[in-house]
Amino acid sequence: MSETSDDKAGSGRRSLYWLLRGMATAFSVPGLILSSAFIGFGGLAKESGISLLQAVFMVGTVWALPANVVLIGNIVAGASLPAAAFAVALSSVRLMPMVVALVPEMRTPKTRSWVLYLLSHCVAVTSWVLAMERFRRVPRDMRTVFYGGLGWTLVVVNMGVVAVVYAVADELPPAVAAALFLITPIYFLLSLWGSARERASHVAMVVGIVLGPLLHLVVPGFDLLIAGTVGGGIAYLFHRKRQARAAA
Amino acid sequence: MTFQSIDAWWWPFLFILVGGWLATDTWRFLGVYFGGRISDESDALVLVRCVATALVAAVIGNLVVFPSGELANTGLLLRLAAMASGFAAFLGLGRHVLLGIAVAIGVLEIGIVLGF
Repeated sequence: MSETSDDKAGSGRRSLYWLLRGMATAFSVPGLILSSAFIGFGGLAKESGISLLQAVFMVGTVWALPANVVLIGNIVAGASLPAAAFAVALSSVRLMPMVVALVPEMRTPKTRSWVLYLLSHCVAVTSWVLAMERFRRVPRDMRTVFYGGLGWTLVVVNMGVVAVVYAVADELPPAVAAALFLITPIYFLLSLWGSARERASHVAMVVGIVLGPLLHLVVPGFDLLIAGTVGGGIAYLFHRKRQARAAA
Repeated sequence: MTFQSIDAWWWPFLFILVGGWLATDTWRFLGVYFGGRISDESDALVLVRCVATALVAAVIGNLVVFPSGELANTGLLLRLAAMASGFAAFLGLGRHVLLGIAVAIGVLEIGIVLGF
C-alpha cells in the first residue's frame, strides 16, 4: 500500500518537474522573440480599431500569429464572415501537418486523446519548433506534460503582452514598428532552418519561400496550399532519391 | 455580415470565434485525429513534415514580400536584403538565431534611415 502511494507521489513530483521545465522553456530566447512579434501584432490590432478585449480574445482563441494577421486584415477590409473564415482557414492548413508530425512524438499507449486535442490548440510555429528541438531530451511519457507547460504558458503570456501594448503604447515609432514586423519572418526562417530533421526540409523551405509570394500574385487565396503541396512533394522526392542512393 | 455590421457587444467575439478560432482549430483537431494513426518512424511522416515545412516557408515569403503594418512602408529590396543578410549571418557565424535576427533588423534600420 505505502509503496504505491510513494510511487504516486514520485510520479506526481516528476510530472510537476517536467511541467515547470516546459513552462520555463516558454521564457527562452525563441519565446522572447515571439513576444516581440506579438508587440508588433498588438500595435497593428490597436491601429485597426480592434478593442483590447477583442485583441486578447483573438490571441487566446486563434493563437497562430499569421492567422491572426490574416483575420485582422479581413476585418479591416470589411470582409464578410464566411470570406474571413475562408481566408483564415486557407492560411492555417499548415497547422494540420504540423500537428500530425508532433502527435506521434508525444503520444504513448496511455495518452488520452482529449489531452492531445487540448494540447493541439497551442500548436503554432514557435512551440512546434521548440518541441521538435527539445523532445529529444524529454522522457517520452513526460512529453505531453512538458508541451502543455510550454504551449499554454506561451499562449497566456502573449495574451498579457498584447494587453500591455494596448495599455502602454499610444503609437509605436515607425522604425520600431517596422522592425517588430520583420522579426516574425526572420525568426521563423532561422528557427525552422535550424530545427530541420532531414536535408529534405531545407529543400521544402527553399521551394516554399519562393513559390509562396509568386503564387500569391497568380492564385491569391490558394498560394499557401499549392506552395506547401508542391514544395513538400519536391522535397519528399528528393528524400526518396537520397535514400535510394544511400541504399545502393 | 462584416465585423462592424451588427451593433451588439457579442458580435465581434462571435466573428472572431467562427472566423478565427474555428478556422484554425479545425485543422489542429484534424491533425490530432490523423496523427494518432501514423507511426513516428513511417516514411509518410517525412512527407507530412516536408509539406508542413514548405507551408510555413510560404508564409515567411508572403510576410516579407506582402508585409502588413508599418513594414509595408519600406521597399521590397530593403526587406529582401535584410532577410538575406540575417540568413547569411546565421549560416556563416555559427548558427546563432539571435545574431541573425540582430543583423536583419540592423540592415532594415540602416535602410530606413537612408531612405530606401
